Amino acid sequence: MYHWIPFWPRTAAVNGVVVNNLYIAELGIGGLIMATVLGMMLSFCIRYRAGSTASRTGLIEKTWHFEIGWTTATLLGFLALFFWGASIYIWLFQAPRGDLEIYVVAKQWMWKVEHPGGQREIDALHVPVGKTVRLVLASEDVIHSFFVPAFRIKHDVVPGALETIWFRASKTGVYRLECTQYCGLQHATMQGEVVVMTPADYANWLAGEGVHRSLAEQGMAIFQAHGCSGCHDPGSTVHAPSLSGLYGTLVHLDDGSVRRADEAYIRDCIFNPRSFTVAGYPPIMPDFSGQLSEGDVLKLIAYIQSLGYRGETSR
Amino acid sequence: MSIAAFEPGAEPAADVESSNYLTARNTIASWLLTRDHKRIALLFMASITFFFFVGGFAATLMRMNLATPGGLLQPSVYNRMFTMHGIIMVWFFLIPSIPATLGNFFIPLMIGARDLAFPRVNLASWYVFNLSGLVVLFALVMGGADTGWTFYTPLSTEYANGYVFAAAMAVFINGFSSIMTALNFIVTIHRLRAPGMTWMRLPLFVWGVYAVSVVMLTATPVLAMDTFLLAVERFLGVGLFDPSRGGDPLLWQHMFWFYSHPAVYIMILPGMGVVSEIIPCFARRPVFGYAGMVVALMAIAVLSFFVWAHHMFVAGISIYAGVVFSLMTFFVAVPSAIKVFNWTVSLHKGAILFDAPMLYALGFVLLFTLGGITGLMLATLAVDVHVHGTYFVVAHFHYIMVGATVSAFFGGLHYWWPKITGRLYPEIWARFAAILMYFGFNLTFFPQFVLGYLGMPRRSYTYPPEWQSWNLLSSAGASILAVAYLMPLLYLGWSLIWGRRAGPNPWRATGLEWTIPSPPPSGNFEHTPHVALGPYSYDPERGRYISQDGTSHAV
Amino acid sequence: MPSSRTIAPEIQYASLAQQGETAQIGMWVFLVNETLFFGALIFTYFLYRLSYPSEFAVAAKDAVLWCGSTNLVLLLTSSLTMVLAINAAAQGRRSEMVAWLIATLALGFLFLGFKGYEYFEDVRDKVVPGLNFEMKPGEAPAGELFWVFYWVATGLHAVHLSIGIGLILYMLLWRIRRGEITPTYYAPLEVVAIYWSFVDAVWLFLYPCIYLVGRS
Repeated sequence: MYHWIPFWPRTAAVNGVVVNNLYIAELGIGGLIMATVLGMMLSFCIRYRAGSTASRTGLIEKTWHFEIGWTTATLLGFLALFFWGASIYIWLFQAPRGDLEIYVVAKQWMWKVEHPGGQREIDALHVPVGKTVRLVLASEDVIHSFFVPAFRIKHDVVPGALETIWFRASKTGVYRLECTQYCGLQHATMQGEVVVMTPADYANWLAGEGVHRSLAEQGMAIFQAHGCSGCHDPGSTVHAPSLSGLYGTLVHLDDGSVRRADEAYIRDCIFNPRSFTVAGYPPIMPDFSGQLSEGDVLKLIAYIQSLGYRGETSR
Repeated sequence: MSIAAFEPGAEPAADVESSNYLTARNTIASWLLTRDHKRIALLFMASITFFFFVGGFAATLMRMNLATPGGLLQPSVYNRMFTMHGIIMVWFFLIPSIPATLGNFFIPLMIGARDLAFPRVNLASWYVFNLSGLVVLFALVMGGADTGWTFYTPLSTEYANGYVFAAAMAVFINGFSSIMTALNFIVTIHRLRAPGMTWMRLPLFVWGVYAVSVVMLTATPVLAMDTFLLAVERFLGVGLFDPSRGGDPLLWQHMFWFYSHPAVYIMILPGMGVVSEIIPCFARRPVFGYAGMVVALMAIAVLSFFVWAHHMFVAGISIYAGVVFSLMTFFVAVPSAIKVFNWTVSLHKGAILFDAPMLYALGFVLLFTLGGITGLMLATLAVDVHVHGTYFVVAHFHYIMVGATVSAFFGGLHYWWPKITGRLYPEIWARFAAILMYFGFNLTFFPQFVLGYLGMPRRSYTYPPEWQSWNLLSSAGASILAVAYLMPLLYLGWSLIWGRRAGPNPWRATGLEWTIPSPPPSGNFEHTPHVALGPYSYDPERGRYISQDGTSHAV
Repeated sequence: MPSSRTIAPEIQYASLAQQGETAQIGMWVFLVNETLFFGALIFTYFLYRLSYPSEFAVAAKDAVLWCGSTNLVLLLTSSLTMVLAINAAAQGRRSEMVAWLIATLALGFLFLGFKGYEYFEDVRDKVVPGLNFEMKPGEAPAGELFWVFYWVATGLHAVHLSIGIGLILYMLLWRIRRGEITPTYYAPLEVVAIYWSFVDAVWLFLYPCIYLVGRS
């Protein structure tokens, strides 16, 4: 749709089509408002120019019903746009369980991508068409912003937090990947490409990248090397929460709050354990900030995910 | 017992007849130590004109660089240019532009006062402004900062290696100037209105400046604290905004936009006031819906404090916060839309003249409308996800802050030029410049909407070749715009010496400022005026108008 | 024209009464601005305190409670003496007014003295971020944020208090000595008093944030 419109960016994801519709509607409404204002202004300027013979009698004195009229009209129009935009936003920014979960680490000035099978690439992202891809974004230094114009998706990548976004590509091809948050000297060149392939091509590409230890396996190695297993293994004598089947569940914390055990929660627990003590457990977990990189954390998450999802249904 | 401490710097009232504020005692010291709001307005005018051209020079370099994909400047130079362009244009031109010059000059005249409430504070504001200007020039000359005018952490605190500290301190000091000016206006408008000048008889320009002063006074201290903490973090190496040390980088953005979104309204509200003066005057018709205009102004001022996080829809705030802030943003758009409709309908059944101020004002309405419509698109969450951080945003806020505000500034400058200087500017040249500015502006910034939707990220010194034609159009427009901005400097300067004498009321306007000679005498009013009715009492049917002091005249 | 035989209002005012009233409104408006300035800082503090309650409680144990409490008493008393000075000014008891102002000044200086001693203790305790900060067990990493807040808040408060002291000195050494504060026109003194009370009130907010955290 809309490819016949000149100067239209390519649309290659289901997310993009939805946003296109809304944007077209807004262009229409905006054009209508602009035409109304311009039309009224021009016609008044011509008809009531100084010296014209048009009648000036019966100047509108009472204005309040006009004011109420167009306040109501604009408010209703605006509310419609608001609901439309907000419903898409909520859908866009709540990542479903993906067919595929890929980790992206941003650093000045590159995008490092890690696939679940351990394949790595820089400034490029290969994905299969028609599959729901869930991206977990992390930053090693400053704030970046992950933007694929053809998919109409964007999210800032803030250091100290994990963000997840998703898309489902609808067309094969090569699309631009950009950073849209100014991140220092070479911000302008922090770009790459998203390659959307058919599932078969994608499988070939994965295979062609060589044999790797999967992310979960690498995560398990870190889990053991940093002593996490000493407390969190089922057989451990230390009273620590078990991690198997943890991912995706609701966790009750010491301070009474409840959090879903998603990527951001796991990261918070590793880097700031004191503030996320699980109810019923002693606050004994050491703080791992400074010892683990963002990439390590993503591998640990992959490992914890591999220990099983609660309610193993995918959407 | 001495009374020296209470005696104003101006002359005794007896001399007023023979001289005006420009000619009375004309030594350098009498200007630098003046307490006359009119002279301080001119001092501000000189300062902001200087900074306008410094900031404009940076913009020129940027557009030259972007004319070709490969660019012209080193990346580090380009990054510093857009940072300094933003800082200088926002804090050293746009925010003080209309309030500190036209507001300073005309608020007392329009409400029938002989000066602002605190003349020394007013002068101090100019000195503080210049001090902050020196600091920012120091930062610029030493090589500039390269963080963007938004100073996002942790880039600004830990990774940037320019003169971020100096630039942040310049912004911090500049805030004191804003606060002093705003405080002065609020107290003056509350306490020094002439007898009969009730709130609902105030000219809309006074309302605009009042609204902006309230916003300035309440938003600026938050930015002051924010930049202060930034400076502390950068200077002492602590981790207030550093996630690795427990800080929260988004806190900076929240506090920054808590100021900087209202700051957008700080830039536009006085412009709305100026246009609300010009349109009824040149349409020879009462403004449509005076009360609605006032309510809309104040509604914008209040609502502007509850929309800041719409700059952060993709920054990692909660989805539901995003939804609430989007809703509030739509709400703030409603009073803006009301104003646009009221201005347009204010032309209905008038007797419209197309002098230069009117051309600027009509241009303002159109540019503001387009800026507002694109603002709606940005407020729509799903569309914002796509266009956030692209040239779409750049184009949008330039339509508001440059297209609209600078048009209003030039419109107001032309409108009040005869009152300020006592001379008329050459009308033909002024109309030509106004039209040139309108077309140059649209040519510069409209292509950026297209670039933005295509996905060109802002703050990039280079771009793929397929976007060159749009960028080239934009750069071409910028060169036209530069000419249009330089022209008034020349012909207004020319009119200072050779312009025709203006007389007290060349435009047949109704405000109190037009009831006294041009240029005004040092003490403004010989006798305190008594205000008989509200502004804009034109009767297009009989071709008459009534000044606010109650005298009736033929148009 | 002048409602007083000795002092004329500035040209923009119709009467001294209007001038005095306007000056006071000016100060109130300025305090709106100041409230938001300190408000932003206290907001920052609460944001981090809610994120790191236990770390803040541990870090706050190093604050010198008796210094802060003594200072609270001193400042509250100084507001009282300030009001008594205004009262004396309104009733034309000049020497009494001067005495109360000097008492206010003395309390202000005492506050700064205790504050200075407390800073000296803080440096010895190694709680100065950026200079000699030492993490204590249980407060990493947010304990440092508490101390950043401590230094920024008390430092800015001390600057404000010093300005207040300067204003009182200006009143004593200039305006009062020259006879410009009279029972009919003492608005300048009232303006200073409003400011002084605000600085006092700021300490009322800072005190629990700094000294009472984690001591319940």
